[in-house]
Amino acid sequence: MRTIDVADITQNIKQMCIEVNHFLSKDMDEAMKCAVQTEKAPLGRQILCQLQENLKIAGEDMIPICQDTGMAVIFLEIGQEVHFVGGSLEEAVNEGVRQGYTEGYLRKSVVKDPILRENTKDNTPAVIHYELVEGNQVKITVAPKGFGSENMSRVFMLKPADGIEGVKNAILTAVKDAGPNACPPMVVGVGVGGTFEKCALLAKKALTRAVDEHSDIPYVKELEEELLQKINKTGIGPGGLGGSTTALAVNINTYPTHIAGLPVAVNICCHVNRHAVRVL
Amino acid sequence: MEQHIQAPMSKEEAKKLRAGDYVYISGTIYTARDAAHKRMYEALERGEQLPLEMCGNVIYYMGPSPAREGRPIGSAGPTTASRMDKYAPTLLDMGLIGMIGKGKRTDAVKEAIVRNGAVYFAAVGGAGALLSKSIVQSELVAYEDLGTEAIRRLEVKNFPVIVVIDSEGNNLYETAIREYCVE
Repeated sequence: MRTIDVADITQNIKQMCIEVNHFLSKDMDEAMKCAVQTEKAPLGRQILCQLQENLKIAGEDMIPICQDTGMAVIFLEIGQEVHFVGGSLEEAVNEGVRQGYTEGYLRKSVVKDPILRENTKDNTPAVIHYELVEGNQVKITVAPKGFGSENMSRVFMLKPADGIEGVKNAILTAVKDAGPNACPPMVVGVGVGGTFEKCALLAKKALTRAVDEHSDIPYVKELEEELLQKINKTGIGPGGLGGSTTALAVNINTYPTHIAGLPVAVNICCHVNRHAVRVL
Repeated sequence: MEQHIQAPMSKEEAKKLRAGDYVYISGTIYTARDAAHKRMYEALERGEQLPLEMCGNVIYYMGPSPAREGRPIGSAGPTTASRMDKYAPTLLDMGLIGMIGKGKRTDAVKEAIVRNGAVYFAAVGGAGALLSKSIVQSELVAYEDLGTEAIRRLEVKNFPVIVVIDSEGNNLYETAIREYCVE
């Protein structure tokens, strides 16, 4: 048994919220730099150069990359040999978000009730996904999600007969409908299989995978490559103003499913695809 | 074509702008997004005055992050315009001359743009740090309780935008995509 004080969770989450909103992860940073070189449209290149300038200013002056600093999505992979002390784990996570968003000058974008819509003024609560795993470590992934792209995400409950072509169509439909609204160049997280809610979670988690890494399942890797090519032929381009860089990556995660179903979730993220990982 | 314009502006000036033009705006613009639009719309339904004059003005769909000490504003990029589509035609008919946002608009908004000789600009989504550098002053105008969604008056200098829908109804999102589509 290993003991972890929840105060450590608070401290790490606070720092990670501030870090991800000012600095892109290495994989995203490289993908954005690379896009400037490969984009075919002059206006598209100009927009990608502006985004480079934006990243530079964000890091140097500590101004968030995007004013939508997101709703804090947090994945906790908790080793089953860990014992938490010092209070409630959930409250510790939310306290980290509260401190990070308040002390880091990040925008408070969360309303307490979806209909009554009163701002909670500290960006809590976070959306927390817990997973129990083997071992005595805790892996924290902080992935604040902006809603320009979240609003363009979709779940499709396909039929088994729709097969892989159905999956491709679903992804392309979601991306084309999203167009300029999702702040392209986007990252496309896809979940295939499971149940209604499982495929959505797979898609969200796919967005936290590095954009230069592929699935280790051969046919899924091929699907990721094929879809990225197809998406970049739609012409949507940077800012939706035309060009050859509509997506930086398509990340697909799969899970076993029911004999009667083929759930597909497409979680679209803008070019500010924020994800940071720490292991305690 | 690259153009420098002043805000507020007249219909004659708005008519000179063409879809695809790269425009630098200087002068005074106002922020309003979801909650402020809802509140303005409800005020109009009750027959009340709006907290800002529409005629000749430009609204920026934006809710900033908090400003650090010594700065006028925090990160300040555009939000998705389509969420304001329900309210935009009414405001355009009252004389609103320009909107800055990102993303598609409905046909009803496009028709209201043409009917009133207005213009829809896009700023680059996700470039809030860069765009904040073109905002020299920010002042609260109304609905302070809405926090980031309050209405603010902004003094801007060479604020970079692109004309997406012009006063004749040309739509850059439709034409530009066709140019680079290789299906």
